[in-house]
Amino acid sequence: MPVSASTRPGVIHHHDDSRFELVCPAGSLPALRAAVDHGADCVYLGFRDATNARNFAGLNFDEAAIAEGIRYAHARQRKVLLALNTYPQPDAWQVWRQAVDRAAEAGVDALIVADPGLMAYASRHYPGLRLHLSVQGSATNYEAIQFYHEHFGVARAVLPRVLSVAQVQQVCENTPVEIEVFGFGSLCVMVEGRCALSSYATGESPNTHGVCSPARHVRWQQTPQGLDSRLNGVLIDRYEEGENAGYPTLCKGRFDVAGETYYALEEPTSLNTLELLPRLMAMGVRAIKIEGRQRSPAYVAQVTQVWRQAIDSARASQARYSVHPAWMAELNKVAEGQQHTLGAYHRPWK
Amino acid sequence: MKIALGPLQYYWPRVTTLEFYAAVADWPVDIVYLGETVCSRRHELRLPDWFEIAGMLAEAGKTPVLSTQVLLESGQELKTLYRITENAQFAVEANDMGAVHRMQGSPFVAGPFLNIYSKPTLDVMAAQGAVRWVMPLEMGRAGLAQLQADRPAGLQTEVFAYGRMPLAFSARCFTARNRNFPKDNCQYVCMEYPDGLLLETRESEAFLTINGIQTQSALTYTLIHELEDLSALGVDVIRLSPQSQGMDEVVRAFRAVLDGQQAAGQAHGQLVPLMPKGPCNGYWHGRPGLDMVQPRAASAA
Repeated sequence: MPVSASTRPGVIHHHDDSRFELVCPAGSLPALRAAVDHGADCVYLGFRDATNARNFAGLNFDEAAIAEGIRYAHARQRKVLLALNTYPQPDAWQVWRQAVDRAAEAGVDALIVADPGLMAYASRHYPGLRLHLSVQGSATNYEAIQFYHEHFGVARAVLPRVLSVAQVQQVCENTPVEIEVFGFGSLCVMVEGRCALSSYATGESPNTHGVCSPARHVRWQQTPQGLDSRLNGVLIDRYEEGENAGYPTLCKGRFDVAGETYYALEEPTSLNTLELLPRLMAMGVRAIKIEGRQRSPAYVAQVTQVWRQAIDSARASQARYSVHPAWMAELNKVAEGQQHTLGAYHRPWK
Repeated sequence: MKIALGPLQYYWPRVTTLEFYAAVADWPVDIVYLGETVCSRRHELRLPDWFEIAGMLAEAGKTPVLSTQVLLESGQELKTLYRITENAQFAVEANDMGAVHRMQGSPFVAGPFLNIYSKPTLDVMAAQGAVRWVMPLEMGRAGLAQLQADRPAGLQTEVFAYGRMPLAFSARCFTARNRNFPKDNCQYVCMEYPDGLLLETRESEAFLTINGIQTQSALTYTLIHELEDLSALGVDVIRLSPQSQGMDEVVRAFRAVLDGQQAAGQAHGQLVPLMPKGPCNGYWHGRPGLDMVQPRAASAA
């Protein structure tokens, strides 16, 4: 249900952590049920096309599945957010516009959008429909967030995974817009919405096609040098016998720079901010987002359950909060590359 | 069509930068974008220096435009932004929605990183005061033709037509990472790489270029074969992105082709040796950016 009151500045209770929300991914109905059953406050999902940034084969929702998902979530007082967070392409504006119509008709609780043209359309035609600024909107400062707020009534902004904790705090202090940050999942080392590496190699990117390093361009090849992973022919990594091979996301490959072969941009690691949870709550962050609409219902269940426990524990007492080893053990099982990082939240990472 | 010199993406020594722009005053360019758009730690030139260069170029008959930083995070970076957006002297290129917000309806150029992919978004930018927009690098001819067909009245169009393409921005400095320095103590090592630091695949394919927090293509984008087409599409300005060597020749080659003094194929032949790792033009043709589509024989002269 749209919560239009909270789109007005001044009515948001920043430090009321009882309203702190856990936002979990759903690439399918079973994943949605897993998220709801394990304690998600909100579930986000997308249509089965290029209008969302996880446009993968076999993933996402048609009308019937969305209706069922909304029924399931609303019956349990949870919200459903629809990610419509790619950029409408010049020849296909209708597809994106109709996605707004379809979402509004389905009765989603909010739209997660990145494109100003789409926001203008949504705010004009569905003034009661709550808008969240997608991470793909690249808003890293409060001036940018104010732009979307003043012109389109954006109620919440999801921050790119490039800000330090101090910078997140600065944003929170200077905008009435609710702030959502990424808590766990695959780590984008680049500013979301400002990365065309994928289309440089394959012709398809998050902005244009809702994909990064798309699977149909991936080739695995065993050679005398090792196991090669290629993206549209470009060698992303080469694994020796016994090495764990990972998906060839192109910013997480090993390359040669100045005579050295290493993860020149980023290691295959997961973002995990469990230890920052009380600080994020105290500074007024309103929601934590879990990445992974492409992951299995089992992943969603496991991660949601851990984060639910952590949030409840931090709510009970921020001072006494500590990260339980069991939580980390659970999350380690599903982390990319079985490694964790605080990413940009922790300045030395940069 | 006018020629614009894009903002300098690299970190050059102060004297080198000043000499570069002193030379630009005599080049056949119409518009010059100025300012540090990549990293606020770079300090060889401070904002007043850029204003001074802008004044010098204006006197030389060029139109200077101050470009804002693409990734704005810290309070200090916002302060620099305000000094640019509030300046009463020179035009501004907004490279972040925060900059668009601060322009408060005053005229501005909507930079290539604002993600303008559709007519409704173009309308939003025009309503905000955009007088020109720069096509996203990923967009090709087909998309541009669509947007040109019904662009808002009075809005000019600019297309990135030469240079290593800025493809991604990060909070992390990859040049410092290569040297195992933390970003906060980067020792300004990016100054050692006047055209960025090459990143190759493990089979020695030139793939990307590391330029501090920015990642560029290793190949140099060129639309020298497409200038007639750009003109026919109603493009008003082409943008050439500075490189450390032979930039004057690049500018003169584009000027000569635009003026019909030189065939595109011949000019291309002169430009390729100036490119650090060779040409690409895939995006224009709706293909992966790193592809190089050879021109039809007729225009290859």
